[in-house]
Amino acid sequence: MKLSVWTYEGPPHVGAMRVATAMKGLHYVLHAPQGDTYADLLFTMIERRDRRPPVTYTTFQARDLGADTANLFKTACHDAVERFDPQAIIVGASCTAELIQDDPGGMAETMGLDIPVIPLELPSYQRKENFGADEALFQIVRTLAKPIARTERITCNLIGPTALGFRHRDDITELTGLLMEMGVGVNVVAPYDATPADIARLGAAHFNVLMYPETGEAACRWMERELGQPFTKVVPIGVGATRDFLREVAEMTGLAPQIDETRLRLPWYSASVDSTYLTGKRVFLFGDGTHVAAAARIARDEMGFEVVGLGCYNREQARMIRALAKDYGVEALITDDYLEVEARIEALAPEMILGTQMERHIGKRLGIPCAVISAPVHVQDFPARYSPQMGIEGANVIFDTWVHPLVMGLEEHLLHMFREDFEFHDDAGASHHSGVGGGSAPASVPEAPRDISGSMETGTVIWLADAETELKRVPFFVRGKARRNTEAYAAERGVSEISVDTLYEAKAHFAR
Amino acid sequence: MMDGAHGSHGCRDAPLLKERGQREVFCGLTAIVWLHRKMQDSFFLVVGSRTCAHLLQSAAGVMIFAEPRFGTAILEETDLAGMADAQAELDREVEKLLSRRSDIRRLFLVGSCPSEVIKLDLEKAAERLNAQFADVNVVNFSGSGIETTFTEGEDACLAAIIPGLPKTDARQLVVAGALPDVVHDQMLGLLEGLGIGPVTVLPTSKADDPAAIGPGTVFALTQPFLNETHAALVRRGARHIAAPFPFGEEGTTAWLRAIADEFGVSDDRFDAVTAAPRDRARRAVAQASAPLANRSVFFFPDSQLEIPLARFLTRECGMTALEIGQPYVQREIVGPDMALIGEGPVFSEGQDVDLQLDRAREARADLTVCGLGLANPLEAEGLTTKWAIELVFTPIHFYEQAGDLAGLFARPLRRRAILEGGASSGGIEPPSDARGLCHAGGAEVEA
Repeated sequence: MKLSVWTYEGPPHVGAMRVATAMKGLHYVLHAPQGDTYADLLFTMIERRDRRPPVTYTTFQARDLGADTANLFKTACHDAVERFDPQAIIVGASCTAELIQDDPGGMAETMGLDIPVIPLELPSYQRKENFGADEALFQIVRTLAKPIARTERITCNLIGPTALGFRHRDDITELTGLLMEMGVGVNVVAPYDATPADIARLGAAHFNVLMYPETGEAACRWMERELGQPFTKVVPIGVGATRDFLREVAEMTGLAPQIDETRLRLPWYSASVDSTYLTGKRVFLFGDGTHVAAAARIARDEMGFEVVGLGCYNREQARMIRALAKDYGVEALITDDYLEVEARIEALAPEMILGTQMERHIGKRLGIPCAVISAPVHVQDFPARYSPQMGIEGANVIFDTWVHPLVMGLEEHLLHMFREDFEFHDDAGASHHSGVGGGSAPASVPEAPRDISGSMETGTVIWLADAETELKRVPFFVRGKARRNTEAYAAERGVSEISVDTLYEAKAHFAR
Repeated sequence: MMDGAHGSHGCRDAPLLKERGQREVFCGLTAIVWLHRKMQDSFFLVVGSRTCAHLLQSAAGVMIFAEPRFGTAILEETDLAGMADAQAELDREVEKLLSRRSDIRRLFLVGSCPSEVIKLDLEKAAERLNAQFADVNVVNFSGSGIETTFTEGEDACLAAIIPGLPKTDARQLVVAGALPDVVHDQMLGLLEGLGIGPVTVLPTSKADDPAAIGPGTVFALTQPFLNETHAALVRRGARHIAAPFPFGEEGTTAWLRAIADEFGVSDDRFDAVTAAPRDRARRAVAQASAPLANRSVFFFPDSQLEIPLARFLTRECGMTALEIGQPYVQREIVGPDMALIGEGPVFSEGQDVDLQLDRAREARADLTVCGLGLANPLEAEGLTTKWAIELVFTPIHFYEQAGDLAGLFARPLRRRAILEGGASSGGIEPPSDARGLCHAGGAEVEA
């Protein structure tokens, strides 16, 4: 027994739902009690899907236990096949149904259905969501995919994108374009938008692109073994990784590596002088292993950050993440305990967190900016606009996303001038956000540019005309602070009239 | 006062369409999301699975607290092997929790589907832990989906507290049902104005606040899902004041009137206290409900609020109810509301969601009230929906919220009207191969 307050991953049957919901023409009959249908809203609300997940829940109740839960399953299964007319069904149990041991797979197989029935054995009390997705896709592929003739032109399958995945929708589009430029076609994307009939055609591709090891590795390994399809190991997130990925594809296919980098902006944006302020920013990374590994490389090599800590919540990737941490000279944090992650972040006091939805909340509490790099995700992580993580556009999106929570270079130098100002201090956050400031509440009070003409009398301090003119030359977005700092400086010294000299004395004072 | 209901029982004896099948509702654990806010020195420890933890997190929507006053002791493979082991494990987790959280005065051990199925005895655990921790009151109840539907979690929680409350013979009013603070205070203000007291509200916000029950107690319910709480109070000798539920001007007045009659409040005093807020409520409802007039409504079962809300919408907002689905119907409690609903609607109990969706599509009500899992899919089919869970999380009771309540139902209709007006310039057909652009969120229509 282990106490958990917030979880990074749902139970394994939710992983299987992510696969089923991503697909078309597939139905999932889930032996489960009332209440497990909450999972539907993850898809309809967080991802804004316009259709119900293709899942039938048997909805057994206490009074059914020991009486007729098995028959309930058969009826639900029969009705689902009749109503939804799927090309294939997957059947399984949620955590409670696992305990009553009705064997949904066995029952469904004896029902004489004329479509493939794919039983899932997902150990709810040992494994989690990513395993459930990986295993579900593997079982679907293993059942439906058969060796068939390769396509004439060089094609690949894109393996791993699911419903509720972090930017999976757009990564597919980006990768498809990237591969097309090299002359590689996409045979099937699975599970995203694939039908069972599409799964049967997987064998026609020359190789597989493993987009997300968390959800596609078991299927890729099986296809490598049974269908003779090699699969890519590099996940093309970031500039360096995208180039490595295309080299890997070139080696696999014998094609020349090609990349059109005219759209690529990350390297120049990172080199341009405004980005100087990014140098050595201390960042902490946490998420699923794949995204953390990719983000670490971008953070250090492409953004010039200092990685002060990293970790992942999925133990399946623990070994890889430990090795990576060694490479970065930090200690890996492998845990699914939210409180441990929070404690580590608090101890390391990074300037930015690259994490999940969970770390966004930690960041909010601790006043540390955070950009989301990995599932678990929330509704704002499914933007309306095109925003992949992979490939060229992915790199551009990542630059923007990671810089957004920070203070711009152009304004950071002004911080030195007004360091002690109550709303423009180092912890105050960026001027394009409101209320992200750390500790002190006044940081969230926005200062509108103020009309400083007319009477300049404030309390007992009087602004002389030339000082007033000089103040007008201060950029409007810091004018309010300059005024207050100068007044405070004057008041502290018992000066009742502010001259140009007073203004610059104050500036010098605050510009330590 | 209750115009139109004179001389008729309305739908009090209406037949029920009973259904059995897939239910698209939450389990009782979900009630923890609002109960933990209401009871500020209590911790809700669910003994369950990763699914339970995931449900609570998903239903809560956002994580507001680093460490909230609820959590899940997740059963693992080893716990399932032997019972004695699971009890010891629970003791260990509780010890750890209470040593870290010294602010906790009451601990709820909340049963779940898996803990019920493996027959983990939480009552025994509560007894043992009560003996071990002198200054913490340990109470157990079940929020499992095999026994409770959504709001029944609150019912089970309150019903579990009542047997442990001290006895009193004093004449008093108990009001049961967790309410948002603003509503709670308004209610007490009205009762005080009527000269009714002493008043005790269940649940109390602090575990050691005095709440006692006995034969001198009369009680009213503010939530229609408190069946077990009702029974537990009756077992302690208290007597129920049956009334319509305090939604809208009419419901609030009827609810207050029933209590006022019990306490012998004069008509003059009743009118003096209620006239102004009644008038405000009527005006607010009239203003907010304009888009609802002559529209039809279809309720999927969700929170048990469906019957009282249908009464409000049909009698105060001019709507027509086509189907009123409830997880279950207890006429003893919702009978007064049913009696006020004019003949016509189908009352359904339980759910077979696919069949009910067929009926909803056939009915094509102007407004369909349903859970979050169904709302977007139905919107995509062209129906206008109101998500039911908002009705549980938002202050909607009593006079001052009557306009807001109408507004909650009116907003989806107003929104659709705005969007249809704004986007009616006609769509541009995308090229058939623009896959990337049409890929968004599975929003494609299958060819």
